[in-house]
Amino acid sequence: MSLLINLFLLGFLLIIAIAVMRIHNLMAMAMLFGLYSLLVSGLFVVLDAPDVAFTEAAVGTGISTVLMLVTLASLRNSHEARYPGRLKKGPLLLSLLMGAMLVYGTHDIARLGEPSAPVHQQVGKHYVEKGQQETGIPNLVTAVLASYRGFDTLGEVTVVLTAGLAVLMLLTRPRKPHIKMEARNDP
Amino acid sequence: MDYAIGHLNYWLIICVMMVGLYTLMSRGNLIKKVAGLNIFQTSVILFYVSLGKLQGGTAPIVSPEFVLYANPLPQVLMLTAIVVGVATTALGFALIVRIKEAYGSMDESEINRMDGTGT
Repeated sequence: MSLLINLFLLGFLLIIAIAVMRIHNLMAMAMLFGLYSLLVSGLFVVLDAPDVAFTEAAVGTGISTVLMLVTLASLRNSHEARYPGRLKKGPLLLSLLMGAMLVYGTHDIARLGEPSAPVHQQVGKHYVEKGQQETGIPNLVTAVLASYRGFDTLGEVTVVLTAGLAVLMLLTRPRKPHIKMEARNDP
Repeated sequence: MDYAIGHLNYWLIICVMMVGLYTLMSRGNLIKKVAGLNIFQTSVILFYVSLGKLQGGTAPIVSPEFVLYANPLPQVLMLTAIVVGVATTALGFALIVRIKEAYGSMDESEINRMDGTGT
């Protein structure tokens, strides 16, 4: 049953991804993108990952969509230029080739939810069996995030701080260089 | 048949991933490129989380009523990846705003024409 819901949601996800690719109005694209993130967080619930679903719903659906809308509002240009009849063959071929190779690669992955898969045998098994005993936290995701792999979270905070500083430096520069429009006529 | 049902989840995720990659490479509009990159990234995250799923298991919160739990490790790693992904997306949008201020355009081919490189 849960597999059926999973595949159904994934089908919807594929349709929305194609819609994001094809739509020319960028405001509508931002809305579709929010819907895409919401569907992904629904999929995380089906895959037994409520913590990831919370994060995706708050950060992916909320902040990402708001950032996209704010950018579009400050650019005052919400339409993509159209190039009719131009299907780019190189990227299409590359995507199809890479997709085929990845599908070939899944041949060695165990079926979805297979208990004998290597993922469930190694360190994950230890976390599930001893996690609460060793850290005293019933939520194993929190236990691993804050206790076993605390340094990962420290690294994450460093990346977020760096990105925030870079955004501030980019947007609050007092003297902003402009490219002259005459350069357009150059070959 | 059993093989196909067990792997269909991965194949669909790979399809979404490739739609994201194609959007990233083929569209000239910079915002569209960032959206494509985000779709690619989200599907990779989805792939990892689906690897941690366990048949008959439940969410990894210990309770005396349950014995089988999904693997918490991929979930923790992807939790970090989501937050880092949004930080890099914000940086990408800030760069687009600056490019638009400098060039007056956010279309890749127009920007290349002003720079005199490529078409």
